[in-house]
Amino acid sequence: MSFSVDAVRAQFPILATSVHGKPLVYLDNGATTQKPQCVIDALNTYYSSQNSNVHRGAHYLSDVATAEFEGARQVVADFLNASREEILWTRGTTESINIVAQCYAREQLQTGDEILITAMEHHSNIVPWQLACERSGATLKVVPVHDDGSLDMEAYDALLSERTRIVAVVQVSNSLGTINPIAEIIAKAKAIGAVTLIDGAQAISHFPVDVQALDCDFYAFSGHKVFGPTGIGALYGKRALLEAMPPYQGGGEMIERVTFAASTWNELPYKFEAGTPNIGGAIGLGTAIRWLDNQDRVALEQHEASLLDYATERAGEIGGLRLIGTAPNKVAVLSFLLEGGHPNDVGQLLDQQGVAVRTGHHCTMPLMDRLGIPGTVRASLSVYNDKSDIDTLFNALNKVKTFL
Amino acid sequence: MSTSEPTAEAVFNNPFGTRITPDEVIDTISFFDDWEERYRYIIDLGKQLPEFPQSLKNEELLVRGCQSQVWLLAREDQPNSIVQLAVDSDALIVRGLAAIVLAAYNGKSSRDILAFDIEHYFDQIDLLKHLSPTRGNGLRSMVKKIQLHAENMSR
Repeated sequence: MSFSVDAVRAQFPILATSVHGKPLVYLDNGATTQKPQCVIDALNTYYSSQNSNVHRGAHYLSDVATAEFEGARQVVADFLNASREEILWTRGTTESINIVAQCYAREQLQTGDEILITAMEHHSNIVPWQLACERSGATLKVVPVHDDGSLDMEAYDALLSERTRIVAVVQVSNSLGTINPIAEIIAKAKAIGAVTLIDGAQAISHFPVDVQALDCDFYAFSGHKVFGPTGIGALYGKRALLEAMPPYQGGGEMIERVTFAASTWNELPYKFEAGTPNIGGAIGLGTAIRWLDNQDRVALEQHEASLLDYATERAGEIGGLRLIGTAPNKVAVLSFLLEGGHPNDVGQLLDQQGVAVRTGHHCTMPLMDRLGIPGTVRASLSVYNDKSDIDTLFNALNKVKTFL
Repeated sequence: MSTSEPTAEAVFNNPFGTRITPDEVIDTISFFDDWEERYRYIIDLGKQLPEFPQSLKNEELLVRGCQSQVWLLAREDQPNSIVQLAVDSDALIVRGLAAIVLAAYNGKSSRDILAFDIEHYFDQIDLLKHLSPTRGNGLRSMVKKIQLHAENMSR
């Protein structure tokens, strides 16, 4: 299979648009990825000719919608190498983590137990555990990071103990791009009997994930960060754990039988899916994953790695630019500060030139505190970015410097 | 109500509301036809605000709702009954935008502050159109804080 970035780009209509009269250079893929035409078409087809409620209709359209919706679940299951009963539809990574924090941590943990996270977690992999600790009496422990943004694995070993009940770790840092050695982290947690959750939000679009090979207990990701729609995501959980957990929300769909005396729960995965789900979103996500699966993943990874190398090299040529996050193992994320300019100034002046980046603390305030900075400018790349996007970024940064 | 310490006197020494008026800001900005000139002008306006000493960059003076940090200090000049304002920010563009707000309010009576149509002012300089809602919110919360000071002083 030959790889052509132009052929990939051509499938994303938004990349041909302009902002402030300049061609769009979209470098905010860590926040959300753009959607290929096939995903846009799938949503259109669903709402134009398939829309119906799932699982209970006594009519043709409901059967079509159910087949599409459950087909999408199977696509996600195959993508992660899981079985379909272990894939729960959620609103995204945040809800996925909250389900585990509420239905597992809060139920199972008690005073003296510990939950271990890292200093580079997104707020959505911090706050749900804080809430679970408050309710259960457990304690939150934090694995520190080195100055280059890599995880302190010696500290991890030291913090891991028989009190550790849950290890919840981000696979790829959204702020810095650091790839954590999660296979090692999971194996060590497993050795002491802790349950593991991997926040895969920033990893899922960059490289293949196999939950059985990793042997994690839970894996969370968002659809919109992997070329799918917003408002849909998934939680993978090992069957035995999901079976033992109480339901997340009560309502329709999640029940087997309801009487005023008591109700019994539906089987997996429906037990955790109260109410009418995001049917269109699930179908869109299934389409996005099928699209990604049909690409040459190795070629995409190589393409992203070469973009990161090129961007890092160009960053070194800009005086006053300080890279934040230089771990040896990184996805194509360039977080930086420009001397004399607040990240917001830099972001706004880039925006005027058509370059979309994110600025600020990236929902990782404790990490920014650790690094002693208010935030960064973050350029996060995806498969459809090319060398000319990076050239435009650095030309625009040279112009920004004339303002500071 | 925050009152200034003697050491903070210098922060009120800015040209906004006196030498630089809302009309002048409106005229100058509408004269520019490209974004570079507009942003350079806004940033230059911000550079005419004296920097706050570290002691004034505190929680109490912080304006909520801004993506970058903005500190606002207000005091009443008793004999003339006018409101004096000082503002600082760690971001250049926000600092300039804050200066534009000060051009409308600094050195005015509480009555004039409360009567001033700030939305019309923003519309005329096409300001909020170029700001994301979050940035616009920060500016609006600064305006609210100034109006609150004015209300408290007029009592």
